[in-house]
Amino acid sequence: MEPMILDMLLKAGLGLIILGMVLNIAGLLTWVERKQSALMQDRIGANRAAIFGFTALGLLHGIADAVKMFTKEDCMPKGAHRFIFNLAPAISVAFAMAAFAAIPFGNTLTLFSRTINLQVAELDAALLFVLAAMSIAVYGVILAGFSSNSNYAVLGGMRAASQMLSYEMSMGLSILGLVLLNDTMNLQEMVRAQGGTWLGFIPRWGVFTQPLAFLVFTTAVLAETKRAPFDLPEGESEIIGYFVEYSGMKFGMFLLTDFIETVLAACLVSVFFFGGWQIPGLHATGFHFPWGTTIPLPPLAVSLLGVAAMMTKVVFFNWLFMALRWTLPRFRYDQLMHLGWKILLPASIANVLVTAAWVAWRG
Amino acid sequence: MNENLGLLIFLLLCCVVPGGMLLLFALLGPRNPNRVKETPFECGLEPLSQPEGLLPVHFYLVGMLFILFDVELVWLFPWARVLREQGTLAFVEMLFFLGFVLAGFGYAWKKGALEWEK
Repeated sequence: MEPMILDMLLKAGLGLIILGMVLNIAGLLTWVERKQSALMQDRIGANRAAIFGFTALGLLHGIADAVKMFTKEDCMPKGAHRFIFNLAPAISVAFAMAAFAAIPFGNTLTLFSRTINLQVAELDAALLFVLAAMSIAVYGVILAGFSSNSNYAVLGGMRAASQMLSYEMSMGLSILGLVLLNDTMNLQEMVRAQGGTWLGFIPRWGVFTQPLAFLVFTTAVLAETKRAPFDLPEGESEIIGYFVEYSGMKFGMFLLTDFIETVLAACLVSVFFFGGWQIPGLHATGFHFPWGTTIPLPPLAVSLLGVAAMMTKVVFFNWLFMALRWTLPRFRYDQLMHLGWKILLPASIANVLVTAAWVAWRG
Repeated sequence: MNENLGLLIFLLLCCVVPGGMLLLFALLGPRNPNRVKETPFECGLEPLSQPEGLLPVHFYLVGMLFILFDVELVWLFPWARVLREQGTLAFVEMLFFLGFVLAGFGYAWKKGALEWEK
């Protein structure tokens, strides 16, 4: 009984750390969004919120936002379905966060002669779990649209649902190539398989074995986050979106979901295509450079370096998605459908066929 | 066993966080509804209509096509997992299956189910 309680505590602690980290990155992204867009448009950006005249580069705006959202009035239109209206933002946030259970943030860590897997749950069907959690996020959006009793919300919900469904297939199919090559749907094993190098300097990352899948997956996962250039469900200049009737923190929860999904997208792209916590040349015993030099490192340092590498990649992709969001204009709906159905879907099917032929031929 | 336990704990945490947010919001926010606040949004006018459940048919088409291709996808995952062990025979079998699905896809494409603008 004793070790089981310890395990539960460990898992709960790990879960809390990961959730706290994800929510913090998502909160910081609200600041990054303001500052990065300001930088790209040659503005100053958020810089007013201050505690005792100390503005911290506008970082306090996130806190000010949270305080404001929690203390706003909770409005609900007449004729809205009260229970579903409240359930929708909770579903969105809960399942966006749930997907992080399967993300490996590092290799195993050995502390006090206990081996801790730096992942909430090493599932054999982790890939299916992540896809399922992302699919359920559709419900949050569509329930919000339909429970609000507002034309704009219904339209936004429908747009969101058909956009997410359309891109979900390309997303799933593009990952199939990696499943074919690695023979596993376990994300931790998928990351382990990306260790090592070719010719001593090209890391064995998914982006080099499956470049087309990388492009398709990144596009599709961006569409899943419903942010520009795929922000048609919430196109503020036309229909405002599925959350038009929400106020205060319930609106904030949809906003938070978008940012959590951006973090999730960054995590998934890092894990699938950029080796997750792998650093090229870093082995279990330390760095081994192609020219023969070795730097021995203790196992603890190797584990922590892996976590740092994963976080660096996640931050990089968050930055990239943010830059894309402020660079590309919004698609028209027919362009969105054209891209999803006529370009990404055939491309991902072709990718699967070619990869499968390769695997069947070479064994 | 441990892993499923971790998953369960994590899912519980994932329910607690939005639940806590809703609770805190319900406790902190003021509450003085009036007729205007309860009106669905409509650019400053009285609402011209209520949603009636009538929507462009394209959305339903996308939903139907999604089901067709998602079933295909569900078949492909276990196949992809074991292809290396099963070898060429499994590949040829999946070629047949994909051929049928792609024929359906081509039909939908040719019929214009994928065109948003008519």
